[in-house]
Amino acid sequence: MKKIFTSSILTASMIAFASTFSSCTPKTNNNEIVIGSYSSNTGATATFGVFQKRGIEMAVEEINAAGGINGKKIKHINYDNKSDNDETLAVVNRLISQDKVVAIIGEATSGRSKIGAQIAQQYKIPMLSSSATNPDVTKVGHYIFRACFIDPFQGKVMSKFMVDNLKLKKAAILRDVKSDYSVGLSDIFKEELKKQGGEVVADVAYQEGDIDFKSQLTAIKAKNPEAIFIPGYYNEVALIAKQAKELGMKQPLLGGDGWSSPKLFEIAKESINGHYFSNHYTTESTDPKTVSFVKNFKAKYNEDADVMAALAYDATYMMAEAIKNSSSVTSENIRDNLAKIKDFKGVTGNITMDENRDAVKSAVVVQVEGANYKFISSVSP
Amino acid sequence: MQEFLQHTLNGLSFGSVYALVALGYTMVYGILAMINFAHSDIYMMGAFGAFYVIRFFNMGDPSPLHFTIGLLASMIFAGFIGFCVEKFAYKPLRKSDKMNVLITAIGVSILFEFGGQIVFGADPKSFPQLLSNEVVFTFSDISFQMVDIMIYVVTFISLIGLSYLINKTQTGRAMRAVSSRPDIAPLMGINSNKIISTTFVVGSVLAGIAAVLVAIKYPKIDPMMGVKIGTSSFVAAVFGGIGSLPGAVIGGYILGLGEYYLVGYGASTYKEALSFSLLILVLLLKPAGLMGTKTKEKI
Repeated sequence: MKKIFTSSILTASMIAFASTFSSCTPKTNNNEIVIGSYSSNTGATATFGVFQKRGIEMAVEEINAAGGINGKKIKHINYDNKSDNDETLAVVNRLISQDKVVAIIGEATSGRSKIGAQIAQQYKIPMLSSSATNPDVTKVGHYIFRACFIDPFQGKVMSKFMVDNLKLKKAAILRDVKSDYSVGLSDIFKEELKKQGGEVVADVAYQEGDIDFKSQLTAIKAKNPEAIFIPGYYNEVALIAKQAKELGMKQPLLGGDGWSSPKLFEIAKESINGHYFSNHYTTESTDPKTVSFVKNFKAKYNEDADVMAALAYDATYMMAEAIKNSSSVTSENIRDNLAKIKDFKGVTGNITMDENRDAVKSAVVVQVEGANYKFISSVSP
Repeated sequence: MQEFLQHTLNGLSFGSVYALVALGYTMVYGILAMINFAHSDIYMMGAFGAFYVIRFFNMGDPSPLHFTIGLLASMIFAGFIGFCVEKFAYKPLRKSDKMNVLITAIGVSILFEFGGQIVFGADPKSFPQLLSNEVVFTFSDISFQMVDIMIYVVTFISLIGLSYLINKTQTGRAMRAVSSRPDIAPLMGINSNKIISTTFVVGSVLAGIAAVLVAIKYPKIDPMMGVKIGTSSFVAAVFGGIGSLPGAVIGGYILGLGEYYLVGYGASTYKEALSFSLLILVLLLKPAGLMGTKTKEKI
């Protein structure tokens, strides 16, 4: 056995070495502004990455078609991090050191955004994460921003929704222990629910990639909660909902924006119907900006724009706005102007950067109804 | 009590899956003394084989016929992939260092995982419901669905079949011969290349069976689906004594049950830790595994 372990370490280090191989440096063009992005186009959270990339690409195309920013076109470079932490490290390094990007639009998930943020902060390149909701992400440094609200707000929204709208008090939590996002949301939900007179009767864990949750659910079932909070990602949530139904559990399931993916219903089928989650926007919105975004996206990609696409689209426009307001295109100027964004009208609502470089905006609670999400209520900050 | 029963049943059904996959690891190790790291990806390929066949014939609704076709498709596809992997990746290296074969195995595994993401797409696919999800019978508040029963039944039949193949047939005898003395077996007129190929195919077919059962019960398949089950099954195989067939089955069931009790009774965070703690304990106390025989280090 010992030799097996040694050999696997050897292989791992060889793979790591191979991935640091570099190609030649691209030429810089003065009439272009190079913006980088990294996303999980393949791997566990692939739909997040694919939609994020589409959102950015669509915004960049629109901006370039309208003449670019102050006469300069945007050149967008996207790398796939394969939903992998180490790969994230490699691609962000590559964006900064080889492609010489002036700004980066970051990941959809919190965990990998945090990894990318550390490098961006180190090289003083402004990074705007489109949908990383964990509070720690922007605490990495003053070059790191986000275009979405943060977990404490989402946890608060869902606990409030549970107590005020559903009139329920006893909750169980099923959290993904390996995800910053899920742990953050769970902790806040627990705290907020206690403040509002509710209680958490069970708090159990799973890990990303698990496919069987029956033992966790059986343990939860024994405690008889009135609702179950599952702040995970769509892959696991879909299977959890299916198995909960198989175990005859009828409690409403509550979650966060990690549920938002067409795959949720495809995998869970009718077992996910009627459950609730908090989201950044709803396609039912009547705001003309949102309506035209939803329509154009559908025309371009023949799929409905999910929230990751909408946030990435907004993030790209926010970045463009910051670049437009910069007297000269330097990373430092872009950073300063990102921090000044106020009352920005995006498709996901009005966005203002607060002093912690977090976007302040409202959230919506939606109910799953087949492949669509029905708007239930809106909660302002 | 009812909770305990539920955990036990869940554990047994997942243990069956571990056992089926662990057998593939242990059979290949038994005959070639190498660890086929690509085994978990053969499992994944089986599920995708069934997925595309079912989709091609448009047989996504529950019926015994569709289930049988899905199962056969996965078995054939996994078996074929296993055969190709052996023929094109491992056979050319038969005479070279064990280390080279090991690295190749890891390479093949990476090829399937990331090649799969390119060919099939990285987003998870929803596997069709081949068995009706109606409750067949209920026992002390625990309901049994068709798929749960099929997992036990199909595993049982596969294990009986395997045991017959190994112990009662000429091919099985040849497998045992090659496994015990690879250098002497060819002298006795055994075509060892053919036997090694057969072993790979049989192991892969078992993985294919497991893959369809899992895909029906947990209808989400993606190119990385083999990684977790592969790791746990590998641990089960080592735990039971790698190279030993009963060991792999027992290891699979112990691991399955252990994981469920552990997660069910509070320590859900330590699920992954369990398999490796078990592994470390066994390797410390009984280095050859539960049922393993002591041999000189081969790899």
